[in-house]
Order: sequence, then C-alpha cells, then structure tokens
Amino acid sequence: MPSKPIPSQTPSQTIGPFFAQGLTAAQSDYPFDSIIDNTISGPGQVVHIQGRVFDGEGKAADDAMIEIWQADCNGQYDQENFCGYARCGTGYRDDLHFSFKTIKPGNCGVDQAPYITVIVFMRGLMTHAFTRLYFDDEAEANARDFIFQQLPEDRKTSLIAMGIEGEEGLTYVFDIHMQGADETLFFDI
Amino acid sequence: MTSRDWSQHPPYICPDYKSSVLRGPTRPLLNLASLYQQQPGSAGELLGKLTDVYQTRSIDCDLTKNGPPGGEPIGERIIVGGRVMDDRGRAVAGALVEIWQANASGRYLHRADQHHAPLDPNFIGAGRAITDRDGYYRFYTIKPGSYPWANHVNAWRPQHIHFSVLGATLATRLVTQMYFPGDPLLDLDPIFQAVPAAARINLIAQFDLGLSQADFALGYHFDIVLGGPRETLADTPG
Ligand SMILES: [Fe+2]
Repeated sequence: MPSKPIPSQTPSQTIGPFFAQGLTAAQSDYPFDSIIDNTISGPGQVVHIQGRVFDGEGKAADDAMIEIWQADCNGQYDQENFCGYARCGTGYRDDLHFSFKTIKPGNCGVDQAPYITVIVFMRGLMTHAFTRLYFDDEAEANARDFIFQQLPEDRKTSLIAMGIEGEEGLTYVFDIHMQGADETLFFDI
Repeated sequence: MTSRDWSQHPPYICPDYKSSVLRGPTRPLLNLASLYQQQPGSAGELLGKLTDVYQTRSIDCDLTKNGPPGGEPIGERIIVGGRVMDDRGRAVAGALVEIWQANASGRYLHRADQHHAPLDPNFIGAGRAITDRDGYYRFYTIKPGSYPWANHVNAWRPQHIHFSVLGATLATRLVTQMYFPGDPLLDLDPIFQAVPAAARINLIAQFDLGLSQADFALGYHFDIVLGGPRETLADTPG
C-alpha cells in the first residue's frame, strides 16, 4: 500500500504566442541562445522535414512550436553520441513552415517502420499534442508496422510525409491539421 | 490510463479561451501506450532517456544578469525555485527547465508583443536550468507585470512565468505557466480557469520566506509534478 499521498500532476497550460524569445531564440534572432535547435546529426541519410500547422479554418499558424524525437539510423534511442530531439518554431520563416535537418531513423524492430514522433505546441493549444510522421517511400514497412496497422484506416494518411527533391535535398513534407476533414491523428502516450 | 492524468489538465477546447476553439484537436486521442502492448519491448520511443542530455551555464538561470553585461533590469527581484518530481513524488534529476516571461512592465521582448509598455534593455526574459540530483531548480528573475490581451474586452493576463520541462522520458513533457499567490486576475483568466478547479492550486507558487534572501530578493516556491510512462512499459510494479 502506498504510504505517501500521490502528488497531482502539474496542469498543462498553453505555450502562448511569445515562446520564441526563450525556446527558439536563435531561429528568431532573439538575444538568447538555443539549447535545442532544429538539427539532429548523426550517421545516416540526411533528410529535411518541413510543414505547416493549420487551424480549423485552414489558416497556417505563425506561433506554433514543433518538437521531434526519433531513433538513430539503426533504430536505437539512448545512444551515447546521438540526441534525437529537436525543436522549431513556425514563425521564423515568412512561409510559416517549421523545418528540420535530420537523419532518417532506422527501424526499431522487424515489425516497425521508420517514424518520427512529433509534438505540437501553440497558442490556443491547452496541452501539447503528440503525433507521428511516417515516410511515404516506406509503404511496405508501414504496412507491417504493428502500430500503424492498429490505426483507423481513414486517419492513416494524415501521418504520411511526402518526400520531394527540394533545394536542400530530400525533403519530407508533413503538414499538421488541428481540425477539419483532414484532422491529423493525435495520440495520448 | 495514459501518462497524462486528464483530471488535472485543461480540455483542448475551452470556449472562453477563444483561440482554443479553432486550434484544439476535436477527435479523441488514440492511446499510443496501449498500441504498444503487443510488443512492449520495442517502445524505445516511450522509454528513451531525455534527462542528462543537456547542460546549462550558471548564468542561464539568472535572468537579472543574462542580458547585456553589467546591466540590471528594472523591477522587483525574485527567486523562483522548487522541486521537479514524478507523480509518485520521486525527484527528477537532470531535467531541463526553461522559462520565459514578460518584464516588470508586462512587455515581452518578442516582436509580436505590441503592448504599449516599455521594453527593458537589460532584460531578455528567458532562462534555463537543469535540476540537481534531488530534483531542485532555482531561478533569479524579475517579477513579471500583468499585460492585456485580445481575448475579450479589458482582458488581462495574471502575472505569470512560462515553464517548459523536459523530464526523464517523452511522456514527462510539460509546458505550463506559474502564477503568483493572491493575484486578483486569476479569477478572470480563461487560461487559468480552463484547468479543473481542484487542480488550479498546483499552478500557483507559494511565497517562501526560507527561499528568500535577506536584503536581496523574495522567494517563491513552485514544485512541478510530471506525468510518466505507466508500469506496464516502464518499471516492474513494486
Ligand atoms: Fe505570457
């Protein structure tokens, strides 16, 4: 039997519109450095991730923050010299894209496709929302991914990033829709 | 049950907080942890360690000194400190705690903040700290001012400091706001009021004479309790 009362979780509050001066200062040219930026480096294939965050009226947010979390190219988290965490604001570019330079993660197991965990924060969002990015050029692996298989059929496409050859190289486009017919599938974890 | 105890957190759509109406997800969240039940051993995503990854400098937790060298910000100097723990009360060491806030006049350095109140050339309003082995963090800063916002006529935010906490694993992630005791604006603030009534007290710092430093600064104590993976994935039940 527990001897101490269980402390209550601290409630979440929205990140608000002004996080950039603290959390993504370097991207937005505020006079503070960034401890977590929008680059993940390590061995493997360099890829870019970009997208926008749309509200219920299809308007792109200029004040969202996206964080990503991923395995290394061998599908491993917790590696000594690899940090799979990054963040980017949407307001630092005129086109309101977030963008990451990273390496493509490996499979975490035979029954898993490569994926990246994506976390959305923004003004108006009371608590952050988790989603997942899968790659459109991994159709076979996606089909045998035991998590992907369990998702509702009509929501699966909301998690697939489309690879294009961009100016910077291979870029996967992952737009996030908070609401509407294309509402992105969000997870609780 | 998932890592977030929803009895403590605000819902996504809170009509009194206008921008939540078009920005909160409308469809139910899918429980990812339960999808892992088939293969719990492969949940590196949920178990991968995020503490002890980052390092900060001692100046990073002093917002009264991390602006231009030698400059001192205007306002009431305060100390904000507390303990980061998991929801069984165990200390979370090595957590990254980041804060950002308005200056004493209620103005953010942020370009989108057009409130007609002065910027303080000696105040950035951002800092960070790593919790020590007992889970404690401490900041020196300036008490932030209240500021108006566009949610409704004559809307003012209570004085607050924004917090971002990255604990041991992904499920601990928390972004919140710390408020000050006795602020009359708390009763009128739709963001604070969106939290279930019994949980609101956990967002209000406590005045703490013990944390205060004589002839220097008043102390406010703010403990932070993070969610985390459930036993099925994380530990052997004890
Ligand atoms: Fe604020």
